[in-house]
Amino acid sequence: MNLTLKIWRQKNASDKGSMVDYKVNDISPDMSFLEMLDVLNEQLINKDEEPVAFDHDCREGICGMCSLYINGEAHGPDRGVTTCQLHMRMFKDGDTITIEPFRATAFPVIKDLIVDRTSFDRIQHAGGFISVNTSGNTIDANTIPINKHDADTAFDSATCIGCGACVASCKNSSAMLFVGAKVSQFALLPQGQIEATDRVLNMVKQMDEEGFGNCTNTGACEVECPKGISLENIARMNREYLKASLKG
Amino acid sequence: MSGILNSSIGRKFAMALSALFLMIFLLQHFVINILSVFSPDAFNEVSHFMGTFWAIQYLLQPILIFGVIFHFVMGFVLEIKNNKARQISYAKNNGGANSSWMSRNMIWSGLAILAFIVLHFIDFWIPEINTKYIIGDMTGMHNGEYRYFHELVEKFHSPLRVGAYIIAFVFLALHLLHGFNSAFQSVGANNKYTKGLKTFSKVYAIGIPLGFIFIALFHHLTGH
Ligand code: HEM
Ligand code: SF4
Ligand code: FES
Repeated sequence: MNLTLKIWRQKNASDKGSMVDYKVNDISPDMSFLEMLDVLNEQLINKDEEPVAFDHDCREGICGMCSLYINGEAHGPDRGVTTCQLHMRMFKDGDTITIEPFRATAFPVIKDLIVDRTSFDRIQHAGGFISVNTSGNTIDANTIPINKHDADTAFDSATCIGCGACVASCKNSSAMLFVGAKVSQFALLPQGQIEATDRVLNMVKQMDEEGFGNCTNTGACEVECPKGISLENIARMNREYLKASLKG
Repeated sequence: MSGILNSSIGRKFAMALSALFLMIFLLQHFVINILSVFSPDAFNEVSHFMGTFWAIQYLLQPILIFGVIFHFVMGFVLEIKNNKARQISYAKNNGGANSSWMSRNMIWSGLAILAFIVLHFIDFWIPEINTKYIIGDMTGMHNGEYRYFHELVEKFHSPLRVGAYIIAFVFLALHLLHGFNSAFQSVGANNKYTKGLKTFSKVYAIGIPLGFIFIALFHHLTGH
């Protein structure tokens, strides 16, 4: 396949940045999207040009590090996959592909296609944990029986990999799907009850302080989420938040 | 409870509550208006009662006006905040791939409704207030009969006005097609009833505006 790529290039956080066109030839449909970018970067390095900077780590769809807004969608046109699991067979020979960084005030660009997603880490630090002994007298998680439905639902929420596609896809750059998942994975389990009130209040407060937008329930996040995190998580967070506000 | 309107979820919750309140009001407004098609007398009686009963005039009407103002002011606040959350927009964005047009354009359908409300106030509300509280005529009478039905038919003579009302109701339907169901999600109701609520919301969002269009066209075309 021969392709034209329109890629966002930006030297550093303070650079203005712009879209630049590139051509890549002989791309195999079996390549992943990131491998295709590797081919481009090899070309650029051979020409003594600066390679395109993009995030990646596991390249097997589990770490949440790869990002990219491809042809107007987070992680590209395929469903239920991260960019590293997106394959070039989703595109046609001769296509022009637009590649941009995830855009949100709370995700500032560091360089080219790499954005700073530490705002997610700060939300997690604000309450996305439980307090248990982990050394010496570790308690077996299975000592408290949990019904299967709750266990399964909590597990579904816990599959969120913190990639930020929900924020990138949302017209309001809202982080509510991510925070909803992180609140839900504990809200459904007995181990999560002790900090339940503080957790949701603190995580939402941090989310607001980071400058994420408000949810309009467009549902774009749910469609683009590589892990199929559902809007139910946002509804649950809203209930938890109201409960906590009435209490504290 | 303190400062709940300062949080994103609190604001959404307040937005949804004001919207749900407006949904109830809209249904009530529709039920009274549809009477005008079947029985001018009944329409006159109910209109007079609504226009003169103290609890409605001095209690419910101010609550309604507050509800409407709160809803659109909060709509603007959310819109401004949401725009701030992404200052550089995408060169290419395929919103249609993951969300409905209605959901992405609530502010535009809302603004169309706001323009309609202004027109509607000038058409009906201001003359009413003028007759009742400025002139001081609380009888509701004109030439020996109730004036309400007569005024309604008079207003719908103009094809321009009927056209403007129809366009506004189309925008209302678009607003509600996303909004009604969205309000349930905002207050945290996403459960086994969600599918039923979605269907109910759709029927309401299309049915009520269509009903209002029918009423306007009925009086316009029949002339009474
Ligand atoms: C007066 C002009 C109006 C404006 C400017 C307006 C604006 C808005 C906006 C911007 C939203 C989306 C808020 C968000 O981002 O979540 C919204 C939601 C909504 N609006 Fe309106 N609106 C207006 C009138 C109405 C009326 C008359 C009704 C009903 C009779 C209504 C029903 C709703 C509903 C049900 C929602 C969804 C609430 C939610 O998502 O929780 N609106 N409105
Ligand atoms: S909710 Fe989905 S899209 Fe959002 S961060 Fe988690 S995995 Fe990524
Ligand atoms: S690189 Fe780990 S999920 Fe894509």
